[in-house]
Amino acid sequence: MKYYTYFPGCSASSEGGAKAYGWSSKAVSKVLDMELRELDDWNCCGSTPYSSVDELSSLCLSARNLALAEKKGLDLVTPCSSCYVMLNRTNSRLKEYPQTKAQVDEALAAGNLEYHGTVRVRHLLDVVVNDIGYDEINSKVKRNLGGLKVAPYYGCQVVRPRPSFDHPENPQSLDKLITSLGGRAVPFPLKSRCCGGSLIISEEALALGLIRKIFDSALSNGAECLITPCPLCQTNLDAYQSQVNKKFKTNFNLPVLFFTQLMGVAFGLGEEDLGLRTNIVPAERVLAKYI
Amino acid sequence: METKTRANTFVDEIGAIPGGESIRLCIQCGTCTASCPNADKMEHTPSQLIAMARAGMRDEVLSSNAMWYCLSCYLCTVRCPRGIKITDLMHAFERISAREGLSRGRTRTPTMYRSFSNFVYSLGSLPELGFMTWFYLLTNPLRALRMIPLALSLLRHGRLSIKARRLTPEGTNQLKAIFDKAESLGGAV
Repeated sequence: MKYYTYFPGCSASSEGGAKAYGWSSKAVSKVLDMELRELDDWNCCGSTPYSSVDELSSLCLSARNLALAEKKGLDLVTPCSSCYVMLNRTNSRLKEYPQTKAQVDEALAAGNLEYHGTVRVRHLLDVVVNDIGYDEINSKVKRNLGGLKVAPYYGCQVVRPRPSFDHPENPQSLDKLITSLGGRAVPFPLKSRCCGGSLIISEEALALGLIRKIFDSALSNGAECLITPCPLCQTNLDAYQSQVNKKFKTNFNLPVLFFTQLMGVAFGLGEEDLGLRTNIVPAERVLAKYI
Repeated sequence: METKTRANTFVDEIGAIPGGESIRLCIQCGTCTASCPNADKMEHTPSQLIAMARAGMRDEVLSSNAMWYCLSCYLCTVRCPRGIKITDLMHAFERISAREGLSRGRTRTPTMYRSFSNFVYSLGSLPELGFMTWFYLLTNPLRALRMIPLALSLLRHGRLSIKARRLTPEGTNQLKAIFDKAESLGGAV
């Protein structure tokens, strides 16, 4: 059994829009003998919006989480790419800028907390493919995906900006994961290009154009569904797919799954663990043979 | 002792911000602009913005819509041959522009970011439904009406919670104390 402190982030929490990501992350981890222990009383990471209006408060938001996690002495694992970037960014800022660290320390002290910079922040995808590994994943497959053509969509922040567990522009971990489940990862040139992120809210037309390109790229290589390790990417590609169709008079009907949902399908898990009912574009059509 | 030849210029101001030091290293190769998914929507491309900042065009940079179109996809940052953290620079421009109220309504992103951070400030978490409703009402109530079908579809699929996640009372007080202290420290830009 491997143990981790778990940081769901707002989206993948039980109150969030990507709650099925949280459910399937926990269920899949159980199959893989990983225990995700949710950090008590965590707060929002602030995401990009907070860091774009107030740097110190944004760092303090993450620092509080890191300080709470440090007491547990385990790696801090999050399924959210934005939380992953924000928590890591805080770690490196505190390491590189002593003056910033002094300010954050002072603010934390007002809450009776201290942080010594020892928490390693990791993305769930990293943990699954590197701590557990493809062979182990393969050994848990109960329903081989039998060549299902899957587009591995990484999005941006799981691989950028920090040098991490995969290539920043041509990552492979999701591709290999799909193979280990018996599926086929389709060639996907735009696999790590941006879906528009939170600008889907403020600049919708612009983001819809970016999403359209991603669908074009995935479908030109015959994808039957798409998987992603990012809650915001999933929401943009799934919930806004009909808006893309309306705006560009296209006909996309591509199921968009959290990578843990697809793993769960291959592991033979049930709907209560997968939460496929929360997917806007129905996934049952392409997954019927397996569920 | 170090002699300052160009004190109080914009490039000094940016250079003093964590992550902003590298602005001096730019060779204007244009890799960032060529990599940016939104460069064509910006009044000034990322490389232009850096050149303008170094030329001291403070008002032009900070009142531009350019940095607000940054998606934080970090493609420019990983590609920059000079190791400039361009995404961090964009965020720094955004913060100064927001603080001084210089963004001029050609983009709704500053209002969106502000709505987001206000919710996180008060609750310690982000209630997606409340945040989106608030933002649409602030910027364009008609658009809020147009978003109803999407909201209903999310609700129907169990993806919009009416109830916000709350921290424990102790957690809430702790976060408030941390925020208050950070504010009293002046909030590093």
